[in-house]
Amino acid sequence: MGSLEQTVHSTGHHGPASGITRWLYTTNHKDIGTLYLIFSLTMFFIGGCMALTIRAELFQPGLQLVRPEFFNQMTTSHGLIMVFGAVMPAFVGLANWLIPMMIGAPDMALPRMNNWSFWILPFAFFMMLSTLLMEGGGPNFGWTFYAPLSTTYAPPSVTFFIFAVHMMGISSIMGAINVIATILNMRTPGMKLMDMPLFVWTWLITAFLLIAVMPVLAGVVTMMLMDIHFGTSFFDAAGGGDPVLFQHVFWFFGHPEVYIMILPAFGVVSEIIPTFARKRLFGYTSMVYATASIAILSFIVWAHHMFAVGMPLAGELFFMYTTMLIAVPTGVKVFNWVATMFRGSMTFETPMLFALAFVVLFTIGGFSGLMLAIAPADFQYHDTYFVVAHFHYVLVPGSVFAIMAAAYFWLPKWTGHMYNESMGKLHFWLSFIGVNVTFFPMHFLGLAGMPRRIPDYALQFADFNMVATFGAFLFGFSQLLFVYNVISCIRSGKQATDKVWEGSHGLEWTLPSPPPYHSFTEPPVFKHPYKENG
Amino acid sequence: MIRRTGRVLFFAGLFYAPLVAAQWQVNLVEGATEISRSVYNLHMIIFYICVAIAIVVFGVMFWSIIWHRKSRGAKAAHFHESTWVEIIWTIVPVVILVSMAVPASTTLIQMYDKNSADIDIQITGYQWKWRYKYLNQDIDFFSSLATPREQINNEQLKGEHYLLEVDNPLVIPAGKKVRFLLSSNDVIHSWWVPALAVKKDAIPGFVNESWTLVDEPGIYRGQCAELCGRDHGFMPIVVDVKSPEDYQLWVAEQASLKVAAAQSAQREMSQTELMTRGEQVYKATCAACHQQEGQGIPGVFPALAGGQLMQGDPAEHISIVLHGRSGTAMQAFGEQLNAVDLASVITYERNSWGNQGGMVSVQQISELLKE
Amino acid sequence: MNQLQQRNRSLLMKLLAGTVLMFGFGFLLVPLYDVFCNITGLNGKLQNTGALTRDYAIDGQREVRVQFLAVNNESMPWRLRPEQAEISVHPGEMMQTAFRALNPTSRDMVAQAIPSVAPSEAAPYLHKVNCFCFEQQPLGAGDERAMQLVFMVDDQLPKYITTITLSYTLFDITPESSPVSGIAVEPARSVL
Repeated sequence: MGSLEQTVHSTGHHGPASGITRWLYTTNHKDIGTLYLIFSLTMFFIGGCMALTIRAELFQPGLQLVRPEFFNQMTTSHGLIMVFGAVMPAFVGLANWLIPMMIGAPDMALPRMNNWSFWILPFAFFMMLSTLLMEGGGPNFGWTFYAPLSTTYAPPSVTFFIFAVHMMGISSIMGAINVIATILNMRTPGMKLMDMPLFVWTWLITAFLLIAVMPVLAGVVTMMLMDIHFGTSFFDAAGGGDPVLFQHVFWFFGHPEVYIMILPAFGVVSEIIPTFARKRLFGYTSMVYATASIAILSFIVWAHHMFAVGMPLAGELFFMYTTMLIAVPTGVKVFNWVATMFRGSMTFETPMLFALAFVVLFTIGGFSGLMLAIAPADFQYHDTYFVVAHFHYVLVPGSVFAIMAAAYFWLPKWTGHMYNESMGKLHFWLSFIGVNVTFFPMHFLGLAGMPRRIPDYALQFADFNMVATFGAFLFGFSQLLFVYNVISCIRSGKQATDKVWEGSHGLEWTLPSPPPYHSFTEPPVFKHPYKENG
Repeated sequence: MIRRTGRVLFFAGLFYAPLVAAQWQVNLVEGATEISRSVYNLHMIIFYICVAIAIVVFGVMFWSIIWHRKSRGAKAAHFHESTWVEIIWTIVPVVILVSMAVPASTTLIQMYDKNSADIDIQITGYQWKWRYKYLNQDIDFFSSLATPREQINNEQLKGEHYLLEVDNPLVIPAGKKVRFLLSSNDVIHSWWVPALAVKKDAIPGFVNESWTLVDEPGIYRGQCAELCGRDHGFMPIVVDVKSPEDYQLWVAEQASLKVAAAQSAQREMSQTELMTRGEQVYKATCAACHQQEGQGIPGVFPALAGGQLMQGDPAEHISIVLHGRSGTAMQAFGEQLNAVDLASVITYERNSWGNQGGMVSVQQISELLKE
Repeated sequence: MNQLQQRNRSLLMKLLAGTVLMFGFGFLLVPLYDVFCNITGLNGKLQNTGALTRDYAIDGQREVRVQFLAVNNESMPWRLRPEQAEISVHPGEMMQTAFRALNPTSRDMVAQAIPSVAPSEAAPYLHKVNCFCFEQQPLGAGDERAMQLVFMVDDQLPKYITTITLSYTLFDITPESSPVSGIAVEPARSVL
């Protein structure tokens, strides 16, 4: 604890600057983490309003609220904002807050770059959202922006969309570089790679994925830009190009991107479940290997998004088999979590509830993913609401629930106050019910034949759509509870202990709650939380 | 209690007022072909395997949640790894996956059958309609949404096949192998009929193939499955499968219809006739972009009401309708509509919403189409 | 601390290099994809054109149906029709046919035809010895012309393929009206 006192002492003359400049110029990992998390929550609500617009239009058959062209802009912007604006920045925010504290580092390795990588984001999203007000409207070609709908047939605002994607990409890449440098260079002496908490491990792998695929995304939008403005023909068949090439390059980015959004969630859940089961995580080593194999496999499965484009038989078989293979490491992870709970001593505070819901609902999303991997069956599921149900199950009760769990789990550490537990539980149960009422009926809709991205539908789809809309509004409005709970936790609430949770383990819990502005200025002595007694 | 039920029914009735065919279909259709049935079986097998795995995994999980909770006095055990257990739960899933992959591959290979077909049909996707051209036969027509705009805009009660009905369905015979050659005129579309288990992208510049062999006559409905712009949700597919005899009758009928159309193009029509017919054609073909009252959408689709083009030289107007306008969403309708419809709709556009552009005769158009 | 900064810096440089490399790789995917397509016939988009490189034996036992399709890209007003919708050929046999193109508009136009083959597995075996798709096709206002195609089905065509469909999509590349593609003397992107 000697180092801790020094830490506290050294904060005396190194506190945060005051006023707005604190946030504009900050290079402190905690401040930047906070900025990322606030930004992400804002985007979550903006994207959520778009989702509710979509669901409101789909409440009944017929066109009631919006015109089809605006509907398409809503589906596109909702997807882009949730992926690039809500989920990814939330995980970067968590990484900023937690990785230095978990590995005993004073800050991120490249603090100034850290500041830039955040401050690019608001401009990128301002640019993207502003296209909605431009003549011809914003992006309306789906978040996958397939050519030629996004090139020859795109609204004029597509150029702004491309620049916005470039900026988001630069931000993510800088964030990823920072994470890698921090983890590889800044661990406290004695902490080996295989001693790191799983959240740090999953983020390390995610960061490598980001560096590998975000430049490919940048490449594909650059090609679009050149096709639109400089007369090239990457995706235009008239000049010898190929619209299918777009899909190959896009999904070469797109599939690893999916894992970028779920691997850190695996890490969060792997921290929370052992804490509340009061039992060491089962199979730590296999968890690390499973995460790495998921990441590697993600590079050779991309064309399972394109089974209907007319690939030769050999291609379909290859991508079907590799995709099915991903079920193996994913299964290992789920089994490990269940084995961690087995014969534990469990309590069910809000973070644990979210983590448990994650395990169950993410697994359901995994099952529908396995079904989608079966190429002949995929011809029936592809581009229907079955797919919509699948990826919302892995992203909402998957990634988003993991982010919520993380927020509740570490909030007492960050703010020094306990959040309101009963309100947290209420938030959980309303979200849990809302998510399932929204997305479970979408499986049925897809199987019954409802295509995705349509503003109006045939009468046989009416009932489940109505149910889904009720669920969506329940889920959407329950999130206000979360905001209220977080704000009141920041401003007041019971003083949190340093350890916060009975079963907590890891370096971040050795710091005071809230931690000093500059923590671990001297590297702490690393003791493996289990190796002595377990 | 009765009052409460009554109130619930009232609200339900309010919500369901337009819904005649309300149903809660939860599963894939078995479909009408051998392929669609084997896809259905495959789907069910995988579904049951997933359910079985879920019962085991969630069973253990909820067992732990119920029995191994601190409030029941559970003490945490200390085990945290076991190489054997890890190996087992890596190998067992692999075995299960292989057992799934075998039937899946069989069905896929079945779908990729390359034997020659009895009938080949070229399917071309257009924003936002389908074109069916029968190879080796003089049959070539467009198929677009038949649901009236009033139903979509909730001004009329919705019909049974709301959004799943077309003016000219694709007609094929039962018991014959039909091959589809898919392509697109503009963006990527996807031709999907669930009952046939056929979903294939129609990509501009490329030709894709797929096939079906339907056992029983019947009407099978589907939709475009790839986002293709504004009216993606409004380009359904209807396949009318007829018995081979009825199919032959239909083919013969098409030839005689063609003759009749040529004859009616000979007859001169009055402006009133042209206007009445033109209004129908306009609503079906043009109103989606240029809007009901010809007002267009600023910045996206030009207005026709009060337009210079509508009231100036008819040749320019006719040329744009017939040949389209490069680089815009304006298609070439010369191939899509017959002379009578073209003359009607042009006349309608020139004399509606305050336009005063005069009449265009059927003869005028026929001359141009003949060239 | 200085040493740490140095390590951070060198790692930063390596990772930036990785980023640039992956950006390049994104572009490299374009020619890689073309090579891959040429080997596998993926998409049926194949540069299988030009003079034959070896002698082929005519397989009189086997008959293959070759079908011809014409598709117009959006707002291309020409009328393109194959003279014969379908021909039965023996593999190894050189055949000639033509497409008739008519420009019904009142302006001179230039078109480019893009070939595509279904099933894609057959694409490597359909040799287009002489094809109007090689170059741009100008056509005056109101003109009509027959455009020649000489082709041969390879004698190595796998037995399970009995029907081959050759489709041409006609794009309007008239200079002033071309919004995107511009005019390319030949397809802008070709591997060889």
